[in-house]
Amino acid sequence: MRKRIVILGAGTGGTLVANRLRRLHPEDSAEIVVIDQDDEHVYQPGLLFLPFGPAEAGDLVRSRHGRLRRGVEFRQAPIDRVETGAQRVVLGDGRTVGYDVLVIATGAVLLPEETEGLTGPGWGEKVCTFYDLQGALALRAALARFAGGRLVVAVVDMPIKCPVAPLEFAFLADWHLRRRGLRERVELTYVTPLDAAFTRPVAAGALAGLLADKGVGLVTEFGTAAVDGPGGRLVSYDEREVGFDLAVVVPAHGGAAYVGRSPGLGDELNFVPVDRHTLQAAAAPDVFALGDAAGVPTSKAGSVAHFEGAAVVENVTRVLAGRPPAARFDGHANCFVETGHGKALLLDFNYDTEPLPGRYPWAAAGLPLLKQSRLNHLGKRAFPWLYWHALLPGRDLPGIGADMPVHGKKGR
Amino acid sequence: MATTTYAGRPVTLDDEGFFTDPGQWSEDMIPELAASAGLDRLTDRHREVIAFVRARYTAQGAAPAVRALSKSSGVPVKELYQLFPKGPAKTAARIAGVPKPRGCI
Ligand SMILES: Cc1cc2nc3c(=O)[nH]c(=O)nc-3n(C[C@H](O)[C@H](O)[C@H](O)COP(=O)(O)OP(=O)(O)OC[C@H]3O[C@@H](n4cnc5c(N)ncnc54)[C@H](O)[C@@H]3O)c2cc1C
Repeated sequence: MRKRIVILGAGTGGTLVANRLRRLHPEDSAEIVVIDQDDEHVYQPGLLFLPFGPAEAGDLVRSRHGRLRRGVEFRQAPIDRVETGAQRVVLGDGRTVGYDVLVIATGAVLLPEETEGLTGPGWGEKVCTFYDLQGALALRAALARFAGGRLVVAVVDMPIKCPVAPLEFAFLADWHLRRRGLRERVELTYVTPLDAAFTRPVAAGALAGLLADKGVGLVTEFGTAAVDGPGGRLVSYDEREVGFDLAVVVPAHGGAAYVGRSPGLGDELNFVPVDRHTLQAAAAPDVFALGDAAGVPTSKAGSVAHFEGAAVVENVTRVLAGRPPAARFDGHANCFVETGHGKALLLDFNYDTEPLPGRYPWAAAGLPLLKQSRLNHLGKRAFPWLYWHALLPGRDLPGIGADMPVHGKKGR
Repeated sequence: MATTTYAGRPVTLDDEGFFTDPGQWSEDMIPELAASAGLDRLTDRHREVIAFVRARYTAQGAAPAVRALSKSSGVPVKELYQLFPKGPAKTAARIAGVPKPRGCI
């Protein structure tokens, strides 16, 4: 009998899993349906550069349906909830779609309204974000107007997508202001709820050193309770204050709201608890989640969605054949960190291993890990092409397997 | 790693002062743990939050980060900070004898 695989979300994770599954399963054995609320696929890593550059917003956006292989059905509709007991998805207009296996890849949403004052007066003018397209464009205008004063980059709460992106923003802002001859007139500060610049100790040390080198102040363990746009200050829960003339804020994140409306599916932040290795949902054996939507203890990043995709494709295939999942994701995350001046460093880690120095993915010829280099920067700049033409279509990237390679690394 | 004594029994802590083995913890350690975390007054509300963190860890294998802690326990974030001024999620996890909240990744 023909089975039906339903994939929720046509972003990074949903698209690459749909394309890989389509190649693996003949059309007469499995129907593949992908559901998304809109048809605009934004290349999110590009949002980091948008506030500083002439890049056109349109360059970052392509249609979602155009990224899917022939034989994958795309449906544009908001999802209202999932009923795992009845094995069906209920859409916004009340129609239902039944499934044999469900893959959840609906990512994370920004929740700026959860922080007092954040979306109040000044939002989009002196309080901005670069985490979505509209925000990044407003920030570009605000930066162009900015002629000096206190520039603050603040993360409200974890988890967030691409936890290095706000640090990169601080590095790039330093470089941008230097080129404009304004750096002397700007006090640049990085504000984080964490007790260090990054969550993994080895990387935190390297990144804190970079902040210091660039003269960026670091305020840690700052749980932002309120943003006062007109008064130009962030206020923490323990009543500390950081003043600003322009604030770049990364709002709190959560999972998609429909997860909260789906009985038993999500946690209190609407992320989907899964087995951290097989990515099978705690709620039901025929449901998997990957990407930002999944509640696993690794970074929320496109590279992670890519590595998780390999395990999800195999496990979906096994469950369809009536077998238990066996493929295991190891927590592998891989992030290029732009450090300004045309350089970048590369972090590579998994559930068990800290980011290590060395080279990736090959010991001799790979990219330097945890060290600034022009090669890493070029790697990051080459990524949009790889993203659209290799990663989303579900092709294998040369030398980049899902499991974290250990051979290029210097041991602890 | 270091070994310390609470309520007369030895426990192993990691470099940041979190239990490496939650099985070594028992409820009678709470007052001493709270004192070493810098809390000079321990109210029922504190105990409620600590018990909640412990239960969450037992059920899910991880201590919640502050926003998740607030949403699931129903204690507003502001109050959590009043109870544990040096960071509610971390302080409560220390006193509850569980590893550092991994929500912060
Ligand atoms: C500024 C920035 C910089 C970044 N830089 C990097 C980087 O350098 N490297 C890296 O690896 N990652 C980076 N990332 C992270 C990366 O973009 C995400 O982790 C990745 O896109 C996650 O993929 P996903 O499939 O989980 O979610 P997404 O790609 O976000 O897709 C989720 C999809 O679900 C749909 N959806 C949600 N709710 C519903 C609903 N109710 N009904 C219907 N559809 C719904 C959405 O429309 C969306 O299409 C960055 C992110 C940002 C914001």
